[in-house]
Amino acid sequence: MKCFSRYLPYIFRPPNTILSSSCHTEADIISTVEFNHTGELLATGDKGGRVVIFQREQESKNQVHRRGEYNVYSTFQSHEPEFDYLKSLEIEEKINKIRWLPQQNAAYFLLSTNDKTVKLWKVSERDKRPEGYNLKDEEGRLRDPSTITTLRVPVLRPMDLMVEATPRRVFANAHTYHINSISVNSDYETYMSADDLRINLWNFEITNQSFNIVDIKPANMEELTEVITAAEFHPHHCNTFVYSSSKGTIRLCDMRTSALCDRHTKFFEEPEDPSNRSFFSEIISSISDVKFSHSGRYIMTRDYLTVKVWDLNMENRPIETYQVHDYLRSKLCSLYENDCIFDKFECVWNGSDSVIMTGSYNNFFRMFDRNTKRDVTLEASRENSKPRAILKPRKVCVGGKRRKDEISVDSLDFSKKILHTAWHPSENIIAVAATNNLYIFQDKVN
Amino acid sequence: MAGAAGSVSGPGAAGGDGDDSLYPIAVLIDELRNEDVQLRLNSIKKLSTIALALGVERTRTELLPFLTDTIYDEDEVLLALAEQLGNFTGFVGGPDFAHCLLPPLESLATVEETVVRDKAVESLRHISQEHTPVALEAHFVPLVKRLASGDWFTSRTSACGLFSVCYPRASNAIKAEIRQHFRSLCSDDTPMVRRAAASKLGEFAKVLELESVKSEIVPLFTNLASDEQDSVRLLAVEACVSIAQILTQDDLETLVMPTLRQAAEDKSWRVRYMVADKFSELQKAVGPKITLSDLIPAFQNLLKDCEAEVRAAAAHKVKELCENLPIEGRETIIMNQILPYIKELVSDTNQHVKSALASVIMGLSTILGKENTVEHLLPLFLAQLKDECPEVRLNIISNLDCVNEVIGICQLSQSLLPAIVELAEDAKWRVRLAIIEYMPLLAGQLGVEFFDEKLNSLCMAWLVDHVYAIREAATNNLMKLVQKFGTEWAQNTIVPKVLVMANDPNYLHRMTTLFCINALSEACGQEITTKQMLPIVLKMAGDQVANVRFNVAKSLQKIGPILDTDALQGEVKPVLQKLGQDDDMDVKYFAQEAISVVAQRLRKLDFPDKDSEEPSTPGADKSCFLRPTGPGECAGKFLPRMISRQKETERLGWLPRRQ
Repeated sequence: MKCFSRYLPYIFRPPNTILSSSCHTEADIISTVEFNHTGELLATGDKGGRVVIFQREQESKNQVHRRGEYNVYSTFQSHEPEFDYLKSLEIEEKINKIRWLPQQNAAYFLLSTNDKTVKLWKVSERDKRPEGYNLKDEEGRLRDPSTITTLRVPVLRPMDLMVEATPRRVFANAHTYHINSISVNSDYETYMSADDLRINLWNFEITNQSFNIVDIKPANMEELTEVITAAEFHPHHCNTFVYSSSKGTIRLCDMRTSALCDRHTKFFEEPEDPSNRSFFSEIISSISDVKFSHSGRYIMTRDYLTVKVWDLNMENRPIETYQVHDYLRSKLCSLYENDCIFDKFECVWNGSDSVIMTGSYNNFFRMFDRNTKRDVTLEASRENSKPRAILKPRKVCVGGKRRKDEISVDSLDFSKKILHTAWHPSENIIAVAATNNLYIFQDKVN
Repeated sequence: MAGAAGSVSGPGAAGGDGDDSLYPIAVLIDELRNEDVQLRLNSIKKLSTIALALGVERTRTELLPFLTDTIYDEDEVLLALAEQLGNFTGFVGGPDFAHCLLPPLESLATVEETVVRDKAVESLRHISQEHTPVALEAHFVPLVKRLASGDWFTSRTSACGLFSVCYPRASNAIKAEIRQHFRSLCSDDTPMVRRAAASKLGEFAKVLELESVKSEIVPLFTNLASDEQDSVRLLAVEACVSIAQILTQDDLETLVMPTLRQAAEDKSWRVRYMVADKFSELQKAVGPKITLSDLIPAFQNLLKDCEAEVRAAAAHKVKELCENLPIEGRETIIMNQILPYIKELVSDTNQHVKSALASVIMGLSTILGKENTVEHLLPLFLAQLKDECPEVRLNIISNLDCVNEVIGICQLSQSLLPAIVELAEDAKWRVRLAIIEYMPLLAGQLGVEFFDEKLNSLCMAWLVDHVYAIREAATNNLMKLVQKFGTEWAQNTIVPKVLVMANDPNYLHRMTTLFCINALSEACGQEITTKQMLPIVLKMAGDQVANVRFNVAKSLQKIGPILDTDALQGEVKPVLQKLGQDDDMDVKYFAQEAISVVAQRLRKLDFPDKDSEEPSTPGADKSCFLRPTGPGECAGKFLPRMISRQKETERLGWLPRRQ
């Protein structure tokens, strides 16, 4: 399993915390991780409304092992806590999702969203500043106006690189419920934002109006049976998008057929196995994340216990199903009691769509190779991994006998969950968010 | 480039002959980089002043390099800069040096903000005309090529808008290169660039030789019209209009029509919407023959499209389409090929479609003439007047004048009345507001007798509506009615009813009396104002509610100019003086303001010759003075406005609206 041999060169931590994993505040918990289209930048959002952007260092020949280390590039406060006075509701500053825009000039652009408001940020560099005033001297002292005999035009001089983040647009007041997804369209002109019951389409240039494309709110809220859990645009076809529901189904819509996409074009659903039916069936079948493959041919969904891959051309069952932590099936009752059963795990593809990664508990995350059908469990933790050491596969045992290096289901720590991960678009570099820590692992060189 | 200009060694300012004249310029230059955006903006807007003081050489060598690199600024500053540079040729030394303006505009043409980029392109287009043919090839064309092959799509989108201005003046070799660049942008990887190219395709086609249009533009057009992204395809429809204007009928049939037919049946509703939206332009561009053979069947399909947005867009075009048909045979075509589809639309399931149709359908009556209107259109009008959606009914009522000219309104009046009454009592105040606004029009069409009999009571009922905006509109409505029907009518029907409200137990209604008097006094004239209105106003000065009292003061100020000296001196002044001593500070304030205006008026009446040049009502504007007032006034006046602003629904600029 060479593909999964990795070493741990560095651990990133969110800013403003002491380097001690036992001491962190709620606000430092990472709530989303996302690489940009080239993989040069990596953005994280946290519960405190901050966005931290990491930049990959340029390769240098004399430091081969430090190839492409990611360092903090820019940090800014994206969202602030707010209070909706009309509804008496607090609006958290937590960043639910970050999405990068395709690069259009030297600056970088990203969308960040909390429960209600999407913002478009510009992250740009400045390395020159103007010098020379007419009315002031170099130290900033005012000159006597009568001594001015010539006019000076300011001159731009090089200075230390400065990275600025500026809010360019605020897309507010369009969502009654909590935004769970944002997705940029391949037409580079629009994006969508999905909340529990509706999906809106926005133009990047227009902030005061959005276009409602899906509305599943029943006339009578007592008849509500399902909610939208995630939504994403097709990577190449600007007219196609999918959204998943809490009932474990996925709908694919075509915006060409109608202005309103309340009626789906395709409906992906796996018939339920009656023998497996239990009190928790409905809860664990709820889809927490949906992702198109880079090729656009497949969609991947994550529910509580499994990851499924669907072929766009086959609606009646997934082509692949991977068990993420099937050993939890017997523990659903206690997971229900401590609310863990409602955790929303995300899933990602690698650059070539051949490997899938998703998170689990106890700081474990899982990878599945779609070709070889092999899988591995890895752990993201400071204690168990020395810098530049290869990550050891971990194993969870179910029965009574526990071998060396194995961990028993009963001793899993359910407070250490890996919900958010990201995979570099073309290389084997992954980013794993474990509560307030961000781990970046990469392929072992040679 | 910036480094070269960095050596500040220029001679002293050209126009500076002393400290006094330099100082303001020095301030402007320093404020180019002030922290306050407003000051920077101000400096940029006076860039010509700075350039004039620096002289052409220092402008070229120092100011422009500085501006080229200051693209970090706020959008509004960049926008102003882009605009200034378009008219800057004179400040850099005339057309021979126009190319010096290209570097700063080039960097502005690559920023991410579309408005700034568009303005930079506009300015570039402008200064391209000031280049000599040699300079154009030496400086401008290379710039276009640089932008067209830029790494980022922002620069490539900007390039699309520049081809058409440099093409006509370029040599043949360069022309071929320009065409080549345009071709590659039409098949760019990013949809943004393809969209920009598609939207400039028509413009570029117009400056090309006819042969090139046929051999190069048409294939590009066909490709863009079958692009995988519907956002690109829909822009090709627009280009179709321009290309069709250039080609002969035969070429049109073979080169463009297949694509247009395809667009009208595109899988994506947005493309079909675009065809419907541009239908009149297309119709004019392709000419009458193809219109009859191709466009009419296409239009029929659009009118029964499965997507409501498309049907609504097509419905909007019904009247224009019919108007633009060749006069000969027009009636037959409309009757046989259009009207059957319109009849279907009247009972459409979507209210936007119905209201789109209602806004134009009345216009058909002038085209079809009296007989057809009575027989075929009238039933449709009547059906729409009974529509469940108020917007449909309102749209019919607002266009009544078209029908009145053709068949007279009496045909409709029986159905009109219930429709009007229902709208007048609609639960939504915005619907009521809309119908009030049509009242003067209706009154004019229906005549005074019909109005007195059926509609007068409605107009009076609105005066006591519980929404302020309705009461306000009702007041203005009365004024317009009086202008229409005359003072005698006002004295007999309106004024007594208004004045009775002065004794209403509700202070809001009492205030309505005052507002009506404000509106009516001028239309009614001095006699009615003095004899009937003034006594009531004066009596209300003793009202127990402060809001009423200070509105009395405001009313007296308002009607003052109409009254004669005796009334002002003997009646108005004492009352105002009494109000000036009121316990309430607002009443006092407005009373004192009124006193000063009335006093001025009195002075003028006493010495008419002396002050005759002054405007006769100096206080008129002061009545608009905004001031926090009593709770009743505030709640009544500002709340509905706020709601109306929130509820206002504009059409989306980039996509059709949804309910």
